[in-house]
Amino acid sequence: MFPTPIESKSIARQRLYKLMVPLVLFVWLLPLIAVFMTSIRPVSDINSGNVFGWPSQFQMLENYAAVFQRSQALMYFWNSIKITVPTVMISVSLACLAGYALSIYRFRGSLTLFFIFVAGNFVPFQILMVPVRNLSVSAGLYDTVTGLVLFHAAFQTGFCTLFMRNFIKALPFDLIESARIEGIGEFKIFWHIVLPLVRPAVAALSVLVFTFVWNDFFWATVLTQGEASKPITAGVRALNGQFVSQWHLVSAASLLAAVPPVALFFLMQRHFISGLTLGAVK
Amino acid sequence: MPDPALPQRNWLKANRQRVAPWVFLAPAIVFFVIYVIAPIFQSMWFSFYAWDGLGEKEWVGMANYVELFDDDRFYTSLKNNIIWLVLYLLAVPAGLMVALFLNQNIAGMRFYKSMFFFPFVFSQVVVGLIFTWFYNPSFGIVGKVWEFFGASAPSILGDERFVTYGIIFAGLWPQIAYCMILYLTGLNNVSSDQIEAGRLDGARGFRMLRHVILPQLWPATFLAIVVTVIGALRSFDMIAIMTQGGPYGTSNVLSYFMFEQALSEYGFRMGYGSAIAVILFFIMLIFISYFLWVMYQDEKR
Repeated sequence: MFPTPIESKSIARQRLYKLMVPLVLFVWLLPLIAVFMTSIRPVSDINSGNVFGWPSQFQMLENYAAVFQRSQALMYFWNSIKITVPTVMISVSLACLAGYALSIYRFRGSLTLFFIFVAGNFVPFQILMVPVRNLSVSAGLYDTVTGLVLFHAAFQTGFCTLFMRNFIKALPFDLIESARIEGIGEFKIFWHIVLPLVRPAVAALSVLVFTFVWNDFFWATVLTQGEASKPITAGVRALNGQFVSQWHLVSAASLLAAVPPVALFFLMQRHFISGLTLGAVK
Repeated sequence: MPDPALPQRNWLKANRQRVAPWVFLAPAIVFFVIYVIAPIFQSMWFSFYAWDGLGEKEWVGMANYVELFDDDRFYTSLKNNIIWLVLYLLAVPAGLMVALFLNQNIAGMRFYKSMFFFPFVFSQVVVGLIFTWFYNPSFGIVGKVWEFFGASAPSILGDERFVTYGIIFAGLWPQIAYCMILYLTGLNNVSSDQIEAGRLDGARGFRMLRHVILPQLWPATFLAIVVTVIGALRSFDMIAIMTQGGPYGTSNVLSYFMFEQALSEYGFRMGYGSAIAVILFFIMLIFISYFLWVMYQDEKR
């Protein structure tokens, strides 16, 4: 292990280290802690300059409830779910199919095609912005949840295909070979042999794509206008305008927006991390 | 009478292995072409037009580009993009440092590691809002610290000299967390035999890191560089949330400048915006090509 395990150091060094870790963590999370403290304060604290110290009154429930009562936050939340969940299902399914094709079959252009998926995943959003917006407007999908779902699903397919292809490529090829010799059809091989094996990849991708799409702000701004299809990220920004200088509400709303990805991260940490490292770093 | 469908079916059967991949690929290709590949070329096409997004497009040739290369705001944005790129890359060594610091087995380490990773899970909108508040000179933490030392706090996001650095600093927070997790996973896999061998050769501390550990961490480093470079050039959300390019456009970057020109209240200049997007695309293409080249070398092995 590198660095040298702390157990082999002197007791004093060990104590120091055990003290340092939570201390550094506190500094690291200071912005977050500060915002959380703000979100449970009464507004009078902020106005009187008490932002560092102990809240004069704990108003967690009041503040968080006020966000829902005084804004459309609930609808934004629901929109985010309506956008994110179908996107995850579509892009992961498409990527299972495409990743299977790109890893199992040897055909001309397979590597080129793979690299196009990878490259497409890295392009700046701005080069897609005007045409995608036009397409959505002319297809009647502008300012709708469906419009956002279709775009996100298509874009995330690039990343998902990259991940799936590498994952399937690492599976034992003999399995597929012997199934072919037994005369099993190509789709049946995919469905009955490969799909059960890629479950961990599906889990990792689902968690990641959920987080990416949930946290999207750019496309929410470009492809929506009204309240009816606005997801929570764009909603929080709108709240920021609505609750001018009511920082206790703005910070409560910001933290609320982060709850689903945070919960998912803690529940499925292993999958989350294996997805982020692309399997490239085992 | 022979079944007319028969020869066709036989052909399919004989060529099953050749047809199947395209059937599997078709849905993904259709989606990707419509929403990603075709728009790239359409944007290039639009960049030769003057267009407000509603009326007739008017062919103007290179005029958008000529105007762009004479536009101070373009150079400000480009300069900021370069600052972003250089400073954002600090996330890679910083992430390595945090990972080295945390790569120990003490009680509760798993919890500490997840808490350090925490900022990455937030959307950039939330990170932007957190830091806008954090920087606020009258009731943010930064302001309070300044007050404590008896000085009047600078308005970081309101001052041309600090604004870009302030946003980048906020952006580094989640990015360091990402690089840290890549390195932590990488460190988990460093071969202990080689560390032992290095120790026998008398390598310790920094020399061990440089000659034994870092080479083995290359996959993590490569991925960290890829995501950081792409992230730096894509920076948009935090600028939109924290400053909207201000004060006076001094914190603009190409991605936000493009959006502002094409879609904001200042008017719908889709052609001009597309020209900016094309320039940004080609800058990113340089990096993308390099990344793909490295991946290609890997595939050949």
